[in-house]
Amino acid sequence: MKALRKLTWVEMKLFFREPLALIIAFAFPFFMFFVLVGVFGNEAESDPEDIEVWRGGGPADYYVSTYVGLVMAAAGLVTLPLRIADYRERGVLRRYRAAGVSAPVMLGSQVLVAAGMSVIAAVGIVVLSTTLYDTVLPESWPLVIAGAVIGLLTFAAFGVLLGAIAPSVRAAQGLGFSLFFVMLMISGSGPPREVLTSSMRAFSNILPLTHVNLVLQDAWLGFGWNWVAAAVAAGFFAASVVLSLRFFRWE
Amino acid sequence: MNANDGEAAVSVRSLAKRYGDVQAVRDVSLEVRGGEIFGILGANGSGKTTTIEILQGLRKPDGGELRVLGLDPQTQRDQLRHRIGSQLQESALPDRLRVWEALDLFGALSPRSRDWAELVREWGLEGKERAAFGNLSGGQRQRLFVALALVNEPEIVFLDEMTTGLDPAGRHAAWDLVRDVRRRGTTVVLVTHFMDEAEELCDRIAVFRRGEVAAIDSPAGLVQRYVNSSTVRFTYEGGDTISLDGCPGLRELRREGTQFTVSGEGPLLAHVASRLAQAAVYPADLRVERATLEQAYLQMAGEVDA
Repeated sequence: MKALRKLTWVEMKLFFREPLALIIAFAFPFFMFFVLVGVFGNEAESDPEDIEVWRGGGPADYYVSTYVGLVMAAAGLVTLPLRIADYRERGVLRRYRAAGVSAPVMLGSQVLVAAGMSVIAAVGIVVLSTTLYDTVLPESWPLVIAGAVIGLLTFAAFGVLLGAIAPSVRAAQGLGFSLFFVMLMISGSGPPREVLTSSMRAFSNILPLTHVNLVLQDAWLGFGWNWVAAAVAAGFFAASVVLSLRFFRWE
Repeated sequence: MNANDGEAAVSVRSLAKRYGDVQAVRDVSLEVRGGEIFGILGANGSGKTTTIEILQGLRKPDGGELRVLGLDPQTQRDQLRHRIGSQLQESALPDRLRVWEALDLFGALSPRSRDWAELVREWGLEGKERAAFGNLSGGQRQRLFVALALVNEPEIVFLDEMTTGLDPAGRHAAWDLVRDVRRRGTTVVLVTHFMDEAEELCDRIAVFRRGEVAAIDSPAGLVQRYVNSSTVRFTYEGGDTISLDGCPGLRELRREGTQFTVSGEGPLLAHVASRLAQAAVYPADLRVERATLEQAYLQMAGEVDA
């Protein structure tokens, strides 16, 4: 426990010294969010078609939950795999292991740092959007928190898996960024799902962020708990854990 | 159990390890006594690093019996890891991790730990406490790694090419520190490429060759065993040739300008001196070249390749 605490603390300090990690975790999602909300505003629409697109609220209300999802995806798809692959490639994992750091402590500290940063970024998005655009707060806090926990777990496990299977830092970078940008565009953080073509929507259904966003957005906007999306996200989590345990390598 | 109670700190019998098609360790047996500095010498790919990584529980052996401080590194790694120190050949720390943070972190990972400020002083890293690992020079990194290997006050420390990347002054300083480490009762297992380092530091040396132990002995013992020729040199400026015919043990006499080199066996210097005196030749620089571990090592290598 002491090892986990210490390593997490050190890794968190390192996170704050890494400009790329900070840009991915904070600058980028905030920038995207404020560009979109700046363009679309937050007026509730009167046109029935638009009401359907934005699910009954204003565009900013629509996006705030999907950006809570996006910051988790950024940590899970980019930050975590890059860090793990980098540490493995450079022999940091070897060094830690020889010093008696176990795999659960090693990965646990990375997951805690990524999760902590996601929570800070998510809170930042919510605070800024409610202050600047008067976006709605969650209809149901418990359901949104439950959804956020599922999102954190899903992307933490998925990120560890990417880090475990990526043969090199370059591979982790390519894989992570590709998945991140695809999910950014079609999982609800770009154009609303409702305006995607049917094939795009079908494709977005195999992406974890789509389901995490649905769970968060439904709970946020008062559509209740989305059991199907939550089950799919949980499936991603379970599969990632199993595959990570199978494929994780120290060197 | 204490490693110094006459018990072997490390014992290895018939260790084997294969990577794919490569038999990295074929048949290694050795014993490291508590409190000694034990050297492992050998060419690249002779199985040195693989062997000590197996001893530290970092790799799984294919066969053989091994005990480190009486424990099995495979099944009892958790008990063992706090009692051993590791300086690995290929490893790194996060670039932005600072020197003091690294020492503090590694100390916290172990139940016992030394004050990091003291290690910083001993290993010549003063003024670098707040420097990031990525900004350290090769020598500073190397010293930090050795300091990290000692932060948990290990009973046995594995140093793999500890002085690679150090300048001559740094190497000599590191040797003194290793002697200090042993004086405190820590057993040292030292993998090295440098013959002078092995000769200078080690009580005993195992010479590895193609995954096997070719010889284990003290440096002097190895020299005695493998270097049976000696070389005598002197300068003679007189024009006439010198004959040493009939000098006992003589094998060869070579002349390059005024430089004479005599090689042979036995107490060659005494015989050569006596011959020269008979001929009324008294070179001021008559000397015997001390046989070194390097010669012994090359001799061993030659025996195989021949």
